[in-house]
Amino acid sequence: MSVLVVVECAEGEVKKSSLEVATYGAQVAAMLGTTATAVAVGEATEANLAKLGEQGITKVLYDAEPRLKDFVNNAYTKLIATAAEQEGAQVLVLANSNIGASVGSRLSVRLKASLATNAVELPKTDGGQFVVKRGAFSGKAFSDVVLSGDRKIIAVKKNSLEAQHEAGKTAEVVAFAAQLSDADFADAPKQVVMQEQTGGVLLPEAELVVSGGRGMKGPENWHLIEDLAKALHAGTACSKPVSDVDWRPHHEHVGQTGITISPNLYIACGISGAIQHLAGVNSSKVIVVINKDPEAPFFKAADYGIVGDVFDVLPKLTAAVKELN
Amino acid sequence: MKFLVCISNVPDTTTKISFTPDNKEFNKAGVQFVINPWDEYALTRAIELKEANAGSTVTVLNVGEADTEPNIRKALAIGADDAIRVNAAPQDAFFVAEQIAAVAKDGGYDVILMGKESIDYNGFQVHGMVGELLGIPTVAPAMKLDMAGTTATLEREIEGGKEIVEVSTPFVASCQQPMCEPRIPNMRGIMTARTKPLKVVAPVGDPARTQVAEFALPPKKQGVKLIDAANAGELIKLLRNEAKVI
Repeated sequence: MSVLVVVECAEGEVKKSSLEVATYGAQVAAMLGTTATAVAVGEATEANLAKLGEQGITKVLYDAEPRLKDFVNNAYTKLIATAAEQEGAQVLVLANSNIGASVGSRLSVRLKASLATNAVELPKTDGGQFVVKRGAFSGKAFSDVVLSGDRKIIAVKKNSLEAQHEAGKTAEVVAFAAQLSDADFADAPKQVVMQEQTGGVLLPEAELVVSGGRGMKGPENWHLIEDLAKALHAGTACSKPVSDVDWRPHHEHVGQTGITISPNLYIACGISGAIQHLAGVNSSKVIVVINKDPEAPFFKAADYGIVGDVFDVLPKLTAAVKELN
Repeated sequence: MKFLVCISNVPDTTTKISFTPDNKEFNKAGVQFVINPWDEYALTRAIELKEANAGSTVTVLNVGEADTEPNIRKALAIGADDAIRVNAAPQDAFFVAEQIAAVAKDGGYDVILMGKESIDYNGFQVHGMVGELLGIPTVAPAMKLDMAGTTATLEREIEGGKEIVEVSTPFVASCQQPMCEPRIPNMRGIMTARTKPLKVVAPVGDPARTQVAEFALPPKKQGVKLIDAANAGELIKLLRNEAKVI
């Protein structure tokens, strides 16, 4: 019996969410009295994979097949399933990312496993049951889910636990070949188009997020959001009405039907706080609301607030961050 | 081209969530149920593609008990041709996926579409399970879908960008913004929906692989600490020294 952790890599680096997942997997392995092995997908370097020892991983399997650089659902599923069979893994842990959810759902059928996505805590194993707490109702609630299958797959929500870093510990990196055929790459992407990110911070991975709503009055004013985000090294986001009128691209829309995020800090500027918006952000650890309307419903969900004009307040915040740095 | 669009019946997006006293079930009292907003993208895009490709059909599929029929009729009013309801309360994602796969296998559908996830269970699982059960490709989440004969071109969201993917039918895609502008039914659609076929079938498959033991609401917030706008910089000090998040 072992725990298999799926780590996603890009441009040679292990993604931040995968460092969290590696920590989660190592802690599950410790609970079960076993060790955690990782299987890496994407473009990785051996040195960076070996550093997964800092998160408690003992061994990393890596297939250097160049066509695995970009996500290919069929190929990734076969690769991970082969690794799971080889290692006799009873528990698989992935990130609750687009890749993790896409592969996890196919793996659950292939490996006849119970699957919980959106997990927010380590599992509980009291009373012989394996119970995972997960987000439900678009962040408005949680559910404890019993995974009754012999095999279990858990997709962990980003920022649900902090990645541990035990300096100096290394994992053994082992070459792994899943014997993939051309047919496994039939759904490979033909083209990959990256979008520009403010300050280079990807929104789903961001620990700090600055977000704007209709109160920003127009896309020409977004530099105020971007200036603060840049100073904080934060990601930028927006409410649904803003992306609906194309002030900002869809991939920045957070909320019930957009991206659900749980950063350490969410700063909402000129957003009144409709229940659908709150659903996407209310698992943020600290929420700051800036709005000139003191009756804005978002203040009820906020930890800190400023009743004031965003055009006056945002430059002051940016200046204060720069002063602090 | 035969499209199968899977819709789920979910609480209206403005619903304040509460549970039965034992926290075992969602409290449906006084709650309006709607077509899952993500599924509306799948439904509308299927209808647009049907209209652009003569001879195509759109079938709507729902796994649910009789109380979901008003929303199935709404999907028919929007423009689907017929509907199938698998007569069972959804137990978990795998149970739902098995029902969809069974219907899809019997019906010989070319394209199976659904929303990225449902806004109640937020599983983001069913699309992949259906694809694996049928042994066909899955593209998730898709932001754009075009068809040319039996080849589909899709834009798939990835972190920080998008990928252009080409697949041949049959395939499964889960849909999200900005795929299309969801339609609302017009009066003519509502009238014709009443006479469109709605077939009810019995569930198949294995028991669910997950069970909800308990629901819980997030802890209540302590209340907002207000900072004077004239002294806005003070907020940054509080975020560093008190909240310790920057």
